Amino acid sequence: MFKPLQPVSGAAKVILGIAFFVLFVGAWSIATFGGHVPPTFLADPATMVREAINLFVEFNFAYDIAITVWRVVGGFVLAAIVALPLGILMGTYKAVEAFLEPFVSFARYLPASAFIPLLILWAGIGETQKLLVIFIGSVFQIILMVAVTVGSVRRDLVEAAYTLGARDSGIIRRVLIPASAPDIAEILRLVLGWAWTYVIVAELIGSSSGIGHMIVDSQALLNTGQIIFGIIVIGCIGLVSDFLFKAANRRLFPWSLA
Amino acid sequence: MSKLVIDGVNRIFPGVRGAVPTEALKPTSLEVQDNDFITILGPSGCGKSTLLRIVAGLDRPTAGRVLLDGEPVLAPGPERGMVFQSYTLFPWLTVQQNICFGLREKGVPPARQQEIAAHYVGRVGLRGFEHHYPKMLSGGMQQRTAIARALANDPKILLLDEPFGALDNQTRSLMQELLLGIWEQDRKTVLFVTHDIEEAIFMANRVVVMTARPGRIKCDLAIDLPHPRHYTIKTSPEFSAYKARLTEEIRVESLKVT
Repeated sequence: MFKPLQPVSGAAKVILGIAFFVLFVGAWSIATFGGHVPPTFLADPATMVREAINLFVEFNFAYDIAITVWRVVGGFVLAAIVALPLGILMGTYKAVEAFLEPFVSFARYLPASAFIPLLILWAGIGETQKLLVIFIGSVFQIILMVAVTVGSVRRDLVEAAYTLGARDSGIIRRVLIPASAPDIAEILRLVLGWAWTYVIVAELIGSSSGIGHMIVDSQALLNTGQIIFGIIVIGCIGLVSDFLFKAANRRLFPWSLA
Repeated sequence: MSKLVIDGVNRIFPGVRGAVPTEALKPTSLEVQDNDFITILGPSGCGKSTLLRIVAGLDRPTAGRVLLDGEPVLAPGPERGMVFQSYTLFPWLTVQQNICFGLREKGVPPARQQEIAAHYVGRVGLRGFEHHYPKMLSGGMQQRTAIARALANDPKILLLDEPFGALDNQTRSLMQELLLGIWEQDRKTVLFVTHDIEEAIFMANRVVVMTARPGRIKCDLAIDLPHPRHYTIKTSPEFSAYKARLTEEIRVESLKVT
């Protein structure tokens, strides 16, 4: 089991994966129930579960979750719609790359959260502003990563397509895009994960709904149980979306696995 | 009139960052008649692949010109089918879809595409594998698909760049017989690059020997062996005489590079 690069069996993999969660909750329980950490700073697991139920029953937390998911998906889809064609063009045409790459590389390092005050000024504190934060945080990353992926498609495949009579548009549609599709899907999965961190930041400031808003409210009330539950919910949603993405990729691109 | 005319073609690769330019190919002329099966034999790095890529239109000569049926070759096109040494099947397409790639690009109706694909699948002995992805095939089967894919376009000339170079010995002889069998039936004009002397003699009606880099044609030897050729011909005295002669020619060249 502990030889380098030696694979483990399926069952062992699941057990090991769950074991860490058990260990984590165990350590948390010892710290809180054992009185090593005051409840003001960290709620114990039982309190957290109670607070979680309270959130759903009293405060309609399901709505907050739905709103947050909508913002992430909305901003992310907008970013993808803009970024995919640009990334593909950049990867395909070196002139477009030379034109856009320096700016995009620069823009990529602009922290999305630093735009929040400016975006509030421009778009108010409504949904547009939340979507824009996620859009800015995702769009440049997707453009750049897609461009690199498309640009590194095997040259011999492109040459083979030319000798089979493909024209330039055919090269893009029938070689560059299908060849990079699995990697592009992987990029989207990764960036969606990052989008989740932006939405919470956007909701911490100037918001009246969403998981981030709930977390700020709970902080004011020193309700650490609710804060921790909010964080766990985000983790769970991330896990589910990751799983769905991976399942979809397996379905869409069986040829890249086999 | 000759099918293919290579007229004073040379290729000099410009030096990178002030380095001296490399002359890969000295001015070379060669005429290929209709139905010829010509093998170009030379030590590695002699510019024989460069010459083939120029005929394919994937590389441009520094000087000279290439004419196919009197028409100058300026870019790659489907009338010059190419099989590469590396496996260049499109991994996201099945065997059948790979074979149909050029036909689809030409706008051949789907029903007709299927018919042609089925025909060539049979010719290269891949019946039953039509719906396999390239990853599920052995190297020999992938190259057979690549040959079928090039032939499906009904090219005027078939160009092969050491297509069996990466295969094991047994598979390689079987592939030689397969390709020769196809040629004996169709009499398609073939230009085949290799560094394997036996391979060169077995399939060709003319062997063109190239010198070490910078390459130029050193001798042009007609192979007067009867068709259809059986693999046992490789042990005949005539074959051995050709082999002895070409081994001597190549040996001198190989010594220059090592």
